[in-house]
Amino acid sequence: MEEAKNLSNSSQQEENNARRGFLKKLGLVVGAGAAMTAGAVYLGYDHEQKKNPDGKKVRVLTADGQLMEVSEAELIEAANQGTNEESELQRRGREGLPGKHWVMVIDLSKCRNARMCMAACQGAHHLRPEQHHINVLRMQDAENTEPYFMPKPCYHCDNPPCTKVCPVDATFKRQDGIVLIDNQRCIGCRFCIAACPYSARVFNWIEPLKSEEDKDIPYDVELNVPQRKGTISKCLFSADCLRKGELPYCTRACPNGVYYFGDLNEDTVTNGTTRETVRFSELIRKNGGYTVLEELGTKPQVYYLPPKNRLFPYQYEGKTTIDPEDSRVGGGRG
Amino acid sequence: MSVNKLSTEESYKSLDKIETDLLRPMTHHKGFELWILFLILIFIVGGYAYFIQLRDGLGVTAMRDYSSWGMYIGNFVFFVAASLIGMFISSVLGLLKIKWITPITRIAEMIALAFAMWAGIVIVIDMGRPDRLLNVFLHGRFQSPILWDVTVVSTYVAISLLLLLLPLIPDAAIIRRRLPNLPKWQMKIYDLLYLGWEARPEQYRIIKKAMRILAILIIPVALAIHTVTSWLFAATLRAGWDSAIFGPYFVSGAFVAGVAAVIIAMYFFRYNYKLSDYITDFHFNRMGQVLVLVSAIYIYFNLNEYFVPAYKMRTAEKLHLDEMFTGHWAILYWFTQIACLAIPSFLLIFKRMRRPFTMLWLSVLVLIGAWLKRFLIVVPVQQHPYLPIQNVPESFHHYIPTGIEITLTILPFAGVLLIITIIAKLFPVISVWEIAHEKGVDESIIK
Ligand code: SF4
Ligand code: SF4
Repeated sequence: MEEAKNLSNSSQQEENNARRGFLKKLGLVVGAGAAMTAGAVYLGYDHEQKKNPDGKKVRVLTADGQLMEVSEAELIEAANQGTNEESELQRRGREGLPGKHWVMVIDLSKCRNARMCMAACQGAHHLRPEQHHINVLRMQDAENTEPYFMPKPCYHCDNPPCTKVCPVDATFKRQDGIVLIDNQRCIGCRFCIAACPYSARVFNWIEPLKSEEDKDIPYDVELNVPQRKGTISKCLFSADCLRKGELPYCTRACPNGVYYFGDLNEDTVTNGTTRETVRFSELIRKNGGYTVLEELGTKPQVYYLPPKNRLFPYQYEGKTTIDPEDSRVGGGRG
Repeated sequence: MSVNKLSTEESYKSLDKIETDLLRPMTHHKGFELWILFLILIFIVGGYAYFIQLRDGLGVTAMRDYSSWGMYIGNFVFFVAASLIGMFISSVLGLLKIKWITPITRIAEMIALAFAMWAGIVIVIDMGRPDRLLNVFLHGRFQSPILWDVTVVSTYVAISLLLLLLPLIPDAAIIRRRLPNLPKWQMKIYDLLYLGWEARPEQYRIIKKAMRILAILIIPVALAIHTVTSWLFAATLRAGWDSAIFGPYFVSGAFVAGVAAVIIAMYFFRYNYKLSDYITDFHFNRMGQVLVLVSAIYIYFNLNEYFVPAYKMRTAEKLHLDEMFTGHWAILYWFTQIACLAIPSFLLIFKRMRRPFTMLWLSVLVLIGAWLKRFLIVVPVQQHPYLPIQNVPESFHHYIPTGIEITLTILPFAGVLLIITIIAKLFPVISVWEIAHEKGVDESIIK
């Protein structure tokens, strides 16, 4: 509807100033016209129509799918913006899914270090074996307490210290709560690694695992593939899956029902193994759910259910105890 | 110090001697070419190391996901620290009307400018994507302390440059008169710089006023560069960095490093440039006292920084402190704190020790310690995050700098020496007109 109106009545353009201001920020993708075939991308719509009254008009498709007519002189070519597809992935990736507030619940009583989550995650994000978006840690809270396994993704903190310090807005928090990376913008300063108290971030110190195969894939911020040398990566809550209405890779891969994932606004989370959907608040309340090191004020959005009533005793490489060197006593629960 | 005005005849004689002494090194500099060649050699090796790092990624360093800041960042902090000395000598001591600093202000400012300029390059060496440097300006976010650092460091470089250039104006006029046979390109620099200096009272008034304004302006900027640099760490939640006194702790440490660097430079110029009539034992004595003073302040901050957390031994801090006091880093830590800080500053309390030669070696120790201290502030903390380091290769648990890292740490030092060498070749390292002033030479003939 709106599209048609814009097209049929180009004289109404003056009334669309508000939207143009918005478009100006997002950048314009040239849709119709010769520019499209050339695959060129234009950025920075400058509203100087009055200065160029007889400029040639072209139709453009804005990043949010609106068709508009603007004078050619107002389009400024932007360098290195990649393909149309890529800039659309960038736009929606930065915007996120409206109305959502994603949360994860990890039930420590069920984790037996199967590491299927880690494998699924590394496969999806083309990571090297030592790069963990999610890492199953061996934990012990105090000297005489029972050790347990603790999968640790990024906690997608509601007050994320990592995004605060980024000098170029290459890591950012979206409206649906997910903290993402834009590896096309990241300058590799690693300040965010220093700032994250949960060691959730990894760096591409060398050429990424699949950089050769991936080099022609358009970059998707929601998957952070292709990975790039000299830039950051970390858990993305599988933002690409969520867009498709699927649960995250790790959540689906777990054979033991450890992960619940869902929307805090709806107060529901779904178990990735059993596909059972439960009330988030009830799950937390009944099981004594908590977040890690919450005294730091980061407001993690990944909750843990304590490792009680376990189906199996802790065992790792044949041992039922933890070497204090391996897991420091007094970590985990803060 | 009261200045006895000299008669016109005495003035000419005295000025002539000062000029001859101070300008001589510009034309007589044994081994200059060899020295430059040596520096260029370091640049070639360093350039090659950087090429490898660019080609293969930061993986050629020992940095990994946990110790993700290493020697480069330590080096950066050191460079920023050393650059503070210009402000300390010319501004703080200058504005306090301490007269004896006249022959060493230019040396201090040369050091400051060279370190500040190279600090910017050191940080680029650490970047994973130096090709995207412009993003800092295109997409800069002012919430990030990195942006604050970029802003204040570039301001500091600009003010330091002015503070170095302004007093060169009358000296450039003197050089034009005294050394007209220098190469053409070199004369051009003086032609540009002397700005028609004729030693008129009006000109003296302007230059002194401008220098004073700059001297005042530079104080907050200098404090800011090192305070902001300390916030790169203090603004995080990590045990060991999460400290409220990091600002003054870093600034006081910076003065220690800077004073030591100036003493070393004083020694070098005194003997190599034969300036013992100008940089005298008296100056060394005074600088020794200054070093004791700034070290005492720094030791006080160290006490606060280490003793208070060590008294409580909170879990997260304990891991870090244990490694420092008795564990993996103990030898380096105690060497730095005792051999490079406590002992030199204690020895310098005694007048007998405040002689050029002993001070040279004590200052070298202090400077080495200052560098190691930055390393110890940056690296060990990262090896004790709140959650354990697991399921990663052995190399992720340790940090032992690689050859490339060491080369690229030495490279900026060669850069600093190169800048200082060039400035010292083009200009007298001691301000001719200010010394003449001090000796009571008639102002109107200093041109
Ligand atoms: S866990 Fe770390 S990386 Fe993830 S949002 Fe929190 S601070 Fe940022
Ligand atoms: S490493 Fe990249 S994402 Fe992290 S703070 Fe630096 S620019 Fe931002």
